[in-house]
Amino acid sequence: MNTQEMNFTGNKRVFAEGMRDGIPIGLGYLAVAFSLGVAAKRVGLNAFQGFLASFLNNASAGEYAGFTVIAANASYLEMALMTLIANARYLLMSCALSQRFSPDTRLIHRLLLGYDVTDELFGITIARPGPLNPWYTYGAILIAIPCWSFGTALGVIAGNILPLRAVSALSVALYGMFLAIIIPPAKKNRVVAVFVVLSFLASFAASRLPYLARFSAGTRTIVLTLILSAAAAALFPVDQTADTRQCEDCTVRNED
Amino acid sequence: MTHNIYLYLAIMAAVTYAIRVLPLTLIRRQIRNRFLQSFLYYVPYVTLAVMTFPAIVDATQSPWAGAAALAVGIIAAWKGAGLFPVSVLCCAVVFILELFLVR
Repeated sequence: MNTQEMNFTGNKRVFAEGMRDGIPIGLGYLAVAFSLGVAAKRVGLNAFQGFLASFLNNASAGEYAGFTVIAANASYLEMALMTLIANARYLLMSCALSQRFSPDTRLIHRLLLGYDVTDELFGITIARPGPLNPWYTYGAILIAIPCWSFGTALGVIAGNILPLRAVSALSVALYGMFLAIIIPPAKKNRVVAVFVVLSFLASFAASRLPYLARFSAGTRTIVLTLILSAAAAALFPVDQTADTRQCEDCTVRNED
Repeated sequence: MTHNIYLYLAIMAAVTYAIRVLPLTLIRRQIRNRFLQSFLYYVPYVTLAVMTFPAIVDATQSPWAGAAALAVGIIAAWKGAGLFPVSVLCCAVVFILELFLVR
């Protein structure tokens, strides 16, 4: 078997793993997109427009913010600014992802991956050891995007068809996944553990304090992420170049 | 003036794509600066933690069900359960608890 064939079967396996990990994401997306569809309908979008909004944006908070702009019949400039603020955290995530690409990654992979950097897909992509393999994320995207786009269209069409009980249970799927991403590193690294707890506390305070709670959840996420990550980086700098990180991952993989 | 919904959607999509794709295409080399490197190392954990709590408690019909899902999720992830099991477990906890907590 030559190298190219080996890469091909390797990528196929990684792609399948991505599809597997895309299932919980898709389930969570279905529930969130459904409620987003209900909001889209309220501002006058039809099912196709709801589908399009989700297919092109893949951003719950960003889309919701956009819908409020549509509802207010505000200017196109406002739409651009609102989208920029509500989605600014993806800029940070993409910066983090850029560090995990191997330098010879082709432009097409960078352009394709940029289509769907979401909280969840970013989370599972960054959680994998070693240099980033875009095929893993493509697998997850293949499952997640139809759930997200059709879920929104369904929400527009079928409003309140899903029982509230089911929506309520499905709505924690995404958070369960977040926990599965942040807890294992927190177990290994005490600084990460401390900052996870600090993030919980700060986020809770920001959402409940009278003045801070007026800001949108997206804005609070950006500001807290900047402050806490900067504090962690200043106080506990990580002594790791990408090369040593890859080597650590090799040994981890060999132990499996 | 009434705005065109498709133009609104196009602007949303263009801005969102630019935010995501520019760092991926423009940052081609490893960042050597130790502070920036550390900052980007911590970003995913902090941002996911910030988004998880208290949102998980606010997402469910009964906040107690959300809190229980948080606790069970943390324990399961600590014990080494993967993405799918943890997430299904959290859903199950909420569903079962709300049978009793929500009438």
